[in-house]
Amino acid sequence: MIDTLGLTAERAAALLDAREVTAEELAGAYLAQIERHDGELHAFLHTHPEQTLEAARAIDARGRSGLQGVPVGLKDLLSTRGVPTTAGSRILEGFLPIIDADVVESCREAGLVSVGKLNMDEFAMGSSTEHSAFGPTRNPWDPRLVPGGSSGGSAAAVAAGMAPFSLGTDTGGSIRQPAAFCGIVGLKPTYGAVSRYGVVAFASSLDQVGPFALTVRDAALLYSVIARDDPRDSTNVGPREPVSLPSGTSLAGLRIGVPTDQLAAGVDPGVRALFDDTVALCAALGAELGETTLPHASDGLAAYYLIAPSEASANLARYDGVRYGLRVDAPDVHAMYEETRRRGFGAEVKRRIMIGTYALSAGYFDAYYGQAQRVRTLICRDFAAAFERFDALVLPTAPSTAFAFGDKVDDPLAMYANDVFTLPVNLAGLPGLSIPCGLSDGMPVGFQLIGPAFSENRLLEIGHALEQAIGFDARPPRLSRGVA
Amino acid sequence: MALTESDVRHVARLARLGLAAGEAERLRGELASILGHVSAIAALDLEGVPATSHPLDLVNVLAADEVVPAAGVEAALANAPDPVANGFRVPPIGA
Amino acid sequence: MTTYEAVIGLEIHVQLRTRTKMFCRCPNRFGDAPNANVCSVCLAHPGMLPVANGEAVRQALRVGLALGCRIPERSKFDRKNYFYPDSPKAYQISQYDQPLCAEGAFQVPGEDGGFVVGITRAHLEEDAAKTIHVGGEAGRIAGSGSSIVDFNRAGTPLLEIVTEPDLRSGEHARRFLTLLRATIVATGASDCDMEKGTLRCDANVSIRPVGSTGFGTKCELKNMNSFRFLERGIAAEIARQTALLEVGGRVTQATLHYDPSSESLTVLRTKEEADDYRYFPEPDLLPVAPSPTLLEELRAGLPELPVARIARLRDTYGLPDATAATIALTPSLADYYEELAALTGDPRLAANWTMGELSAHLNAASLEAAASPVTPPRLAALIALTVAGTVGSNAAKTVFGELVADPAVDAATIVERLGLAQVDDADELGAIVDAVLAANAAEVAAFRAGKVQLIGFFTGQVMRQSGGRADPKVVQALLNDRLR
Repeated sequence: MIDTLGLTAERAAALLDAREVTAEELAGAYLAQIERHDGELHAFLHTHPEQTLEAARAIDARGRSGLQGVPVGLKDLLSTRGVPTTAGSRILEGFLPIIDADVVESCREAGLVSVGKLNMDEFAMGSSTEHSAFGPTRNPWDPRLVPGGSSGGSAAAVAAGMAPFSLGTDTGGSIRQPAAFCGIVGLKPTYGAVSRYGVVAFASSLDQVGPFALTVRDAALLYSVIARDDPRDSTNVGPREPVSLPSGTSLAGLRIGVPTDQLAAGVDPGVRALFDDTVALCAALGAELGETTLPHASDGLAAYYLIAPSEASANLARYDGVRYGLRVDAPDVHAMYEETRRRGFGAEVKRRIMIGTYALSAGYFDAYYGQAQRVRTLICRDFAAAFERFDALVLPTAPSTAFAFGDKVDDPLAMYANDVFTLPVNLAGLPGLSIPCGLSDGMPVGFQLIGPAFSENRLLEIGHALEQAIGFDARPPRLSRGVA
Repeated sequence: MALTESDVRHVARLARLGLAAGEAERLRGELASILGHVSAIAALDLEGVPATSHPLDLVNVLAADEVVPAAGVEAALANAPDPVANGFRVPPIGA
Repeated sequence: MTTYEAVIGLEIHVQLRTRTKMFCRCPNRFGDAPNANVCSVCLAHPGMLPVANGEAVRQALRVGLALGCRIPERSKFDRKNYFYPDSPKAYQISQYDQPLCAEGAFQVPGEDGGFVVGITRAHLEEDAAKTIHVGGEAGRIAGSGSSIVDFNRAGTPLLEIVTEPDLRSGEHARRFLTLLRATIVATGASDCDMEKGTLRCDANVSIRPVGSTGFGTKCELKNMNSFRFLERGIAAEIARQTALLEVGGRVTQATLHYDPSSESLTVLRTKEEADDYRYFPEPDLLPVAPSPTLLEELRAGLPELPVARIARLRDTYGLPDATAATIALTPSLADYYEELAALTGDPRLAANWTMGELSAHLNAASLEAAASPVTPPRLAALIALTVAGTVGSNAAKTVFGELVADPAVDAATIVERLGLAQVDDADELGAIVDAVLAANAAEVAAFRAGKVQLIGFFTGQVMRQSGGRADPKVVQALLNDRLR
């Protein structure tokens, strides 16, 4: 019996290469782990075991190499042809896409086998998966706590050994924060590196697909599968250089900057201590450290919570009950729209649609949306200035470890504040990598590396070197005990 | 500029979001609190700062005018809540 | 009593002649079964992204250059938000504050010295779907049973051209639109067929006291689907507004529909509050920045435009303005004419034939001049026969008819086969003249008694007896001789 907990994709591929397991057996092991733990964790919204095994058998039958036959999990906003894709919303219940997202196509071409669709905050709006219309995902390290969000299912599945790696999306931190909360690696690529074709949109100028993995090398492997130029997404250019698999252990010659002004407010002491330790480790590994500031990042939260809802208010207008998804009947079409959307959307989605509609409406555009876009320019300039002196910047991924269910769900502002270290990166379109840097009170803490646009290879190198030095064991102890 | 319940109803109407009983009142409070926070940036003096609507500095991403076979009516209607003949039926379009 | 003048601006939508839609690669084609030409993009499935059609951009630029527009360095797309079943995304991708083509000026020539119409802008956008109302009262939206949506037209490329309020009458509007249409057709960007809806025109009409420079309250006349209805609809609206003001009433801002059968105006809706379209920059598309090289290439590729051609036909061939305009407005007719004028060496005669028999035949057969079986060389050969006096004008029309019916035969052969050659033989005609005079002794006596107008009667009799083939000049000479 294969123990999938802590099994990396690289190791799984090696087992396949050595013919120690077949792709079918490997897929079966992950499906068994899902069977065992997903009743409690609820990382998956949809599985299709027969299809999964069928795909694995097909790979066994034709002979394999590389990543072929390695399972993968997909966030439920990645369109999968003929397979339910709800984006965590009632309004898309029953919808079957007629196309595959480009990243889904890439995975299939690479021979990855999908084990299912992963839970998320409705339309990726949230930081805890509590806003999933189908019930929250639980943190594999402690089921009383949230796994983070919005890609909480993608993070929990990997942490719990239900997939060796998975795909999520990051609009304001939705990959990095759940990766941090679940003690795994998450990469938010540069805006434009990965195609958004077929990715249910939240905020078009911020959304980006990226990998969750147990190791930085696994993240690099999955990133190399999905990063490509797709003519179906106008805003996509692909990676600027081929993705390379990190292998070094030294940080000599690298300049790493700490934006000290960002750390001034509200970081939990346990998180701060591990952050400081990891910064010190950077120096120990040969990096040249320095301090810097991002003077306008403090306005990023406000700018983000205007830009993202504004774009979302238009992106979510298509859910109108006319062509697909939920329809609630009504005597006339406008009443049908209102009833369908009233019943189809959850509270957080409605809040953001309302904020966005308001911010774009006549008389408020300049004060809100226009102003937020100017703030965005200033934040881009802040980063550009910092990157003249540094190869990468470091921050905690989130100001705290995973919080308890219900802690912030009724307080939108407190929930939003959890993204304070991640969302300026989205506003500037930069790559961000979160790696686990230790445990605080038994819960994982994330260390975030931020680089200039298209510097993924260097971020992955730094992340890998740190990961080797930290030696973090990504397996939640409570699950380890349960498996032989 | 205090947000009123009537503002909330107007915005909900623009967004075609039906409101349940009492929802306008609840949303008014929530939105007022969020707007109170984000409107800090409305006060910033950003005269002369250009807007960034996009992190990518690219232009002229255009497709060749070559037909890709359409999905076809069957695929189009597969998800339709109320397909009729070859079309999508909707309730009467009132005023 | 106050006299009023009208202030009229037009909004024109032109369907561009591309192979594919504006933002997806479905066929841009009419007449197929409902929802045959649709894909997940133009159905606005979740996660689908627009990619702008490069050919639509080039065609729009060609039109802009032909209208004398300034082409800004950069233009962008925006979202115009509104819910309606014909709008699959619930926003239309259009261009708000940075159109592809900016200020232009368009000269409309004429016997009255002509006038200039300012072009405010021309921008690209996508068309809406078609909604077919079923059940309830036919044709009326309110109270109908339900509607069925066909998305074939959704997303097809439109160029919206907005004029300055420089027009002063329905006649001006018709003349402007006629020339504008011919100009766009000449660029090849559209067939501009009002009946098929590939050219649509709305008019904003207001009136003001002559001498005033302010603007009255304007009303919008929707979708007048022929040049004649545009002229009449505007005239009716000017009359309606004038009548209102003359009895001390006020014009209320409204959208109206002109019904040509009853020549009456119906108010569709009055504007109680301004529409709130919440325009914002389309984050899924990047700006368009036409290079100077591209613009130069497009400018060089423009054909001679109707305005220039009218002037050249007038100056080169000595045609009257009206004739030059009629011919120049149809490029293929103008090409035909110029070839015919060169072949015959008689531009006036060529114009008479072009405007007369040829145009009648083209209209009757719905043919382009270039597709007529009567090619310029065949018609030139017939004209040569008339100039030489071989056939008379009536016989020439018969020959023309035969040229249409039988593309393989030349004019001379037809004349010979049908015995249509003019008889100028004095002996042969003399015998007919003598017979006519003998048979009409009373009239001969009356003529000799001074009733000289009877000469026409004798001529007619002779022509009839000759089967229309007699050369009228010879007949005249013979009659004068016999009756002296």
